[in-house]
Formats: sequence, structure tokens, C-alpha cells
Amino acid sequence: MSRPPTASELNLCLCHSCGQASDVSANPDECERCSAPLHRRKVHSLTRTWAYMLTALAFYVPANLLPVMNTSMLGSGADSTIMSGVLEFWQHGAWDIALIIFIASIAVPGIKFVALTLLLVTVQRNNQWARKERSKLFRFVEVIGYWSMLDVIVVALVAALVRFQALGTIEPRLGILFFGLVVVFTMLSAMSFDPRLIWENHHNEEMPDGVATP
Amino acid sequence: MATLSPLIICEHCDCVYEKVTLAKHQKTLCTRCAGVLQRYNGLSVEQRLALTLTAAVLWVFANFYPVMSISLQGLKSSATLWDSVVALAQGPITFIALVAAISIIIAPVFQLLLLMWVLGFAMQGRRSPAFKLCMRWLEALRPWSMLEVCLLGAMVAVFKLAGMLDVLPGTGLFALAALSLLLIRIAGRDIRDLWDTL
Repeated sequence: MSRPPTASELNLCLCHSCGQASDVSANPDECERCSAPLHRRKVHSLTRTWAYMLTALAFYVPANLLPVMNTSMLGSGADSTIMSGVLEFWQHGAWDIALIIFIASIAVPGIKFVALTLLLVTVQRNNQWARKERSKLFRFVEVIGYWSMLDVIVVALVAALVRFQALGTIEPRLGILFFGLVVVFTMLSAMSFDPRLIWENHHNEEMPDGVATP
Repeated sequence: MATLSPLIICEHCDCVYEKVTLAKHQKTLCTRCAGVLQRYNGLSVEQRLALTLTAAVLWVFANFYPVMSISLQGLKSSATLWDSVVALAQGPITFIALVAAISIIIAPVFQLLLLMWVLGFAMQGRRSPAFKLCMRWLEALRPWSMLEVCLLGAMVAVFKLAGMLDVLPGTGLFALAALSLLLIRIAGRDIRDLWDTL
């Protein structure tokens, strides 16, 4: 299949901030139009993506095991985790809400971990397999990224509303901190990944990063 | 530089194309990786500025009116977006309050202020002072502005509490709904066109 020329072949470089095609034959440090730093590829893309993702993965465990909020009604208190919140909706017949929370809080981070690992490993192995589909997978990961913040917002709103002292209060718990950190770090991880690496089929300056495989 | 400007580079696979003029609802895709290269920008500077001012008014409503209120045995309680950020700020989890504040209050308001500044000058056909800085911040803020997530979260919270209490959606929730949709439209990638037109 014939393909259009690539930017590196034409000695061009895309500015990620303004979209300008800059001539990099003179090795400029920044975009001449918007002054943002110019890089042919994102700097240390693979190492950073791995690091952010493994950090997020470490936080994913306490995020799901620790309670995210505490509900006390008329003296009796109960901690709830993310999964118990989902199950509660499910048991009350609100399967649609249960599904929304499950997808946003548990499935989306899970999908991101699997997808990013797949992308990282295939890029490190210089794999030529299904490159178009892997490009699409990356864009999908970028799009679903921030929807996991859903539970943080829900807990915040509910905790701000239900404060009736003895009658009933809802308080946020430590789990929500870890949960928020998972979202932030998976977003940073996806932002650090350079999808152009998927299309490279020769050894290049990004390869030394390949040692980071855990 | 003049010869380089009509070129676009696919950000997903580095292919180079010549820029084309698009008609309504058209977009161009990269032939190699199928990523979107260009999208038709349907908003003139005037329209975008008008929508930005509308959004600014909505932001005020969304932030100063309660998103929802509840009542339990005669007791009433209501919460604004700021109240919910404060609710997260207790104890060891303060950091997450900061993340929430940025994503639902601070990032959107900065996007709106920057848009008003840049578009206000663009109306007169010139670049605003600190144009480069403003445009770069608009790019940097976009992924962290999560109002649409906040909207869905507020709706889930309504359902969550409706089981045990009386819940009444407030003015803030409706403003939030309109604002989040508007922000997607006005603060999107197509503001980059200002680089070419100014």
C-alpha cells in the first residue's frame, strides 16, 4: 500500500500545541509560531507511559478495596466501596445506574490498563500487527480517559448534601483519594504515549526505553 | 514558512498532507491510520464570542446556585459545586479536592476567560497581548476540564439519594448541563484556526 510521506522523511515536525508543520532541518527548540517546545517524538514516551501506568495500577488496588464513603443514618454507620455502591443499585433494580457506575469506575480504568500495556508491549517488540487498529485503540483510550472521575464527583456532591448531624451524614473516605489518583495517573500515562511509535518499523532513538518492561 | 503553512501532519502516525478547504460537516481522515486530520469549523469569531459570553453567564449560574437540594423529615440542605469540593477537602484526602476543583471549576473558568480575551481581540482582527501564551494554555487546559463528567456525576447523585430522601435538582444543575455542552463546542480543537486567520 502506498502511503503519504512522513514528517520525519520531509524533515518536518508537528507542533503539538498549535498544529504547525515546522521545518526542523536547523534543529529549532521551539515552534516558531507558538513557542511551544518541539519534539519529533514525545520525550521518553515509553518509559513515562510505563511509569505513570504502573503507578496508577498500584493505586487501583486501594481504590477498590478501601471504602470511598461512609454513610451514617440515625446512628448506624456503614462504609461503602465502589463495588458495593454498584451492587446496591443493582439490587434495588436500578441496573442502568449500576451499569453507568460500573463502566465509569471499574471497567474504564481496567480497559485502559489492558490497552496501554498492549500498546506498550507491541511497540517495544516492533510489532507490525494491526497498526491501524492499534491507532484506533489509542484514540479510544484517550476519549474514555476522564470519565472515571464520575465517582469522585458523585461522592463529593453526596457528601456536601447529606449533613444532618445526628439524623444522617455522608463522609468521603480514603478510597476516593486513591481513586482520583488512578484517574490522574492513567490520564498522564495516555498523554505520554506517542501513537506515532506504532508506525515506526526501524530501530530508532526510542528503542533504548524498551528496557523498562516489568 | 509560507510554503510550510498549508501542510498538515497527522498527529497519530506522522503522515504529511496538504490542507484542503472543507465544506459543512466534512472532515478529512488520514489514509494510513484513519485519524481525523481536519474538521469543518462551523463557528465564526463573532459566533464563538457570543457563545463564550453565554457560557460565562451559565458558569456563574452553575457555580452560585445549588446544583441540587434535598430534604429529610423537614430538614433541608443544598450544595453548590464549591460545597462539594469543600466536602472532599476534609482529612487526609485534601489532594483530591484540588483535582476536583481544577476539573469542574478552575479549568472551565480559565478556558472561558482565555477565550473571551483572545476572541475579543480577534473581533478587531488582531492578536491579543500574550496571544501565544493564551493559546497554549487553552490547549493545556482542555483535557483537565471535565464538566460533562460532572454533569453525569450530578445526575447519578440525584438517583443515588432519591432512594432515601427527597431530591430536587437546582438551577445549578440545568446551568451545568447547558454549560458543559457549550464548552465542548467552543473550547474544542478548532480554535487553532485563529493561528491561521490572525
